Amino acid sequence: MVNYIWLGMIVIGVLVAAINGHVEVVTKAALEGAQVAVQTAIDLIAIITLWLGIMKLAEAAGLVRALARMVQPITRFLFPSVPKDHPAMGAIVMNLSANILGLGNASTPMGLIAMQELQKLNRGDPKEATDAMCTFLALNTSCITLIPTTIIGIRLIYGSADPTEIVGTTIFATAAGMTVAVCMDRLLRYLYYRGR
Amino acid sequence: MFSVVSDLSRWAVPVVLLLVPLIAMFRGVNVFEKFVEGAEDGFSTAVKTIPFLVAMLVAISIFRASGALDMVVGIFAPVLNMVGFPAEVLPHAIMRPLSGGASLGIATDIIKTHGPDSFIGRLVSTMQGSSDTTFYVLTLYFGSVGISRYRYSIISGLSADFTTLIASVYVAHKLFGPV
Repeated sequence: MVNYIWLGMIVIGVLVAAINGHVEVVTKAALEGAQVAVQTAIDLIAIITLWLGIMKLAEAAGLVRALARMVQPITRFLFPSVPKDHPAMGAIVMNLSANILGLGNASTPMGLIAMQELQKLNRGDPKEATDAMCTFLALNTSCITLIPTTIIGIRLIYGSADPTEIVGTTIFATAAGMTVAVCMDRLLRYLYYRGR
Repeated sequence: MFSVVSDLSRWAVPVVLLLVPLIAMFRGVNVFEKFVEGAEDGFSTAVKTIPFLVAMLVAISIFRASGALDMVVGIFAPVLNMVGFPAEVLPHAIMRPLSGGASLGIATDIIKTHGPDSFIGRLVSTMQGSSDTTFYVLTLYFGSVGISRYRYSIISGLSADFTTLIASVYVAHKLFGPV
């Protein structure tokens, strides 16, 4: 799937540029894209290093485990393949909490830690996503954000009478998306194993 | 309600940065040493994502700069207009799962042009706030552990994004509409 989307974007992009008679924009766009990618990764180094350190402390102090225990009924249902007291559970819970609070820069490192822990549980092909990873990412990408700070800020800048009036509609839309994400994850997993 | 949640957001990180080392200390953890031990992998984790991010962002960048995005919008806009979906927000809907920066740029532009309190402004705000950059997140998270076969996660992610889009249009019509 990702192969087709990726190739599709490049092929269509180059063709359209050629038809429009400005094929040279492709060169510039490709280099710019690569630059943004590397810059993003570089920017991530600092924040990931910081949160990896804090996470290690939280783990050593038994905090991650305590947090994971608190929400166990939900996580048992969502992640049946992850053992009860595994650090992956703690990292997943931390990531989702940070997401809900709208702390984007804290949630990403937590998410990467969760992925590393989930990869340790991967008994199959190390290049292939596991069930738990798919569920985690479905939740992560559709997760409710209580306060979408960036967009509220932009509404404020452009003189909105009530910048926060979209909080309610945002929560409604995101809740619908999250429900579908969880259901689709279950359905597609079932179809995946049946098709094999 | 809003002030409580926004206070919570403001305090969350400082409180975590204070409490975690403090509690660890009380539990007899060698705090400095443990922190450094954990932080060790920061660099390699971030660097490992580079090839995956480059691959994805190059493709997105080409698709956008070539005019292919505008072409797709031109094809679908008339149909969508008929079902109450304003064509102005279509570029945003397409870019949202691909690139956080680009979709935020489009949203900002729409809010600037139409005003934040217009129907379109409110709709695009809801769309921006309620969804995530699915492709970027998948690329980054899977990339950091070297996974290149995503199985069905693109489909579940995109169907969630699509639902969020429909729900945004629906709830905006209910609360802020009709246009």
